[in-house]
Amino acid sequence: MTTTDNAVPPVLSPGGVPPRTSRARGRASKRHRFLTGKGLTYAVLAIGALVWLLPFAWMVLGSFKTQREILVRPPTWWPKEFTADNFSTWFTQLDFGTFFTNSLVVAVITVLGNMVFCSMVGYALAKMEFAGKRYLFGAVMATLMVPTVATFVPLFVMVSKLGLANTYGALILPFLTQPLGVFLMRQFMMGIPDSLLEAARLDGASELRIFVRIVMPLCGPPLATLGILTFLSSWNNFLWPLVAAQSQDMYTLPVALSLYSTGQNATNYGLLLAGAVLIITPILLLFVFLQRYFIQGVATTGLK
Amino acid sequence: MVAWGFALPFVLVFTVFMLVPLLSSFGMSFTDFAARDIRSPFSVNFVGLDQYTTLFTDPRFLKALSVTGIFVVVGIPITMALALLLAIALNNVIGRFSPLFRVIFYAPVVTSIVAVSVVWRYILQDDGLINSALSIVGIDGPNWLNDTTWALPSLIAMAVWRNTGTLMVIFIAGLQSIPTDVQEAAAMDGAGSWRRLRSITLPMLRPTMLLGAVLISVGYLQFFEEAFVMTQGGPLDSTLSAAYYTYEKFGFGQYGLASAASYVLFAIIAVISVVQFRLLRSQD
Repeated sequence: MTTTDNAVPPVLSPGGVPPRTSRARGRASKRHRFLTGKGLTYAVLAIGALVWLLPFAWMVLGSFKTQREILVRPPTWWPKEFTADNFSTWFTQLDFGTFFTNSLVVAVITVLGNMVFCSMVGYALAKMEFAGKRYLFGAVMATLMVPTVATFVPLFVMVSKLGLANTYGALILPFLTQPLGVFLMRQFMMGIPDSLLEAARLDGASELRIFVRIVMPLCGPPLATLGILTFLSSWNNFLWPLVAAQSQDMYTLPVALSLYSTGQNATNYGLLLAGAVLIITPILLLFVFLQRYFIQGVATTGLK
Repeated sequence: MVAWGFALPFVLVFTVFMLVPLLSSFGMSFTDFAARDIRSPFSVNFVGLDQYTTLFTDPRFLKALSVTGIFVVVGIPITMALALLLAIALNNVIGRFSPLFRVIFYAPVVTSIVAVSVVWRYILQDDGLINSALSIVGIDGPNWLNDTTWALPSLIAMAVWRNTGTLMVIFIAGLQSIPTDVQEAAAMDGAGSWRRLRSITLPMLRPTMLLGAVLISVGYLQFFEEAFVMTQGGPLDSTLSAAYYTYEKFGFGQYGLASAASYVLFAIIAVISVVQFRLLRSQD
């Protein structure tokens, strides 16, 4: 389950794949001509990759076209004249800075909250005995897959009553800790040898000290996975921010884009594509640089 | 005592923002709670199973369930087949390009569904990229998103594009856990590559595939953004998903009915999650 702890993957294995097996497999496949030969395999992959990239390419190219060129039929492939107007509109006429800040603030606080709180409860579940432990873990497991759609109606009522509607509190609090994070941290911490903690306990260290000084420094890999998964889901989160943010100054990026795309700007594709580029680019850059953790997160937890 | 101290922040947030809403959603589904009742909660009446009766006699809700069902039942096998094909292909070509391919096929997974929905709406326009390409070979493509026949398949196509990467990564991990010596032994015995795929690889990958199917189906069952941005549930409710229906009833202020609808969806997801929990446990 936890392959998270192979901390130094060499260049060959971006997916956190143990390099030895993959190289051995590569040799094996070369020998036995698995599938119907390398050429065909590469052809399938190359065509697939082109199809997969097409929407991204079309998005980026379209975002640099003028409104006039976007309406030209048949569509032009390469923009005849590059324009940055679509982007500057987001900054000057629409409040991109606010949407971006909202998305970022919500995501960063959510990530920090999950890292701290999920680790704490994960530590208790992994390394301590206490009354009700089984029920607590049972509740975590039982709610691992509860979707927002099952809770957003009463959540909205509650948030309204608490006077939190249309605040950062409403956007952040419901996601500040998540069962998936608890599960992830617990699973990893189970693997930390008890002897390490016992030694510290004998030296008279408090649990808090052990947690901060011994346990947390060992938790780099699962924290990276948790941080990235949480950032990703927060950045792309839609249903709850759509419900909770009621005025422009509280919109996150996806909410703003969705409302422009269904409102008066519904056919202003240059603007909408530029918006899509602005939302997707930061996360795509993050992905390219930290792909090991992204892919590892999925492979180890099996969850998005 | 110390342990509960560690658990406290989680327990607080979890109780207030997960447990309480989850239970009150259930409770609300038996009342006529509406938007106006936020101010005056004493006018809420217990109505028994009325909301559920309303739901299951509303042809639009039944339509939403069937649209969601089609989305799942058609989308899952396609996503899985493609992911399996890519995983096997990528598992076989270990070389300079393998990481690059992996990044490309995984990239859509990290994107905002709202953002890619906007892009796909643009591609699928009546005179958009797809139809322009089709017209070159003499085909007059449909107005994909405004056509009751083609709108749902279009959304499924986008979901496949966005989610194949997730399954691909899970399948690659599964493939790499199959011991090489089994494959080699079979090859010694003269089993061809197709035979080895069918008799060794696929059977040994079965648990992984089951897990993947469950994971993706939980996501597909909640599909919402695609319909919200690309079709608004139309044309003629042909892309009205269960989650979209719930959101719509919520928007109309019918909180009791929205809760009931969300609980029906949740019950379906819960059943599938239980299956997943069993699978995860048997894998550990």
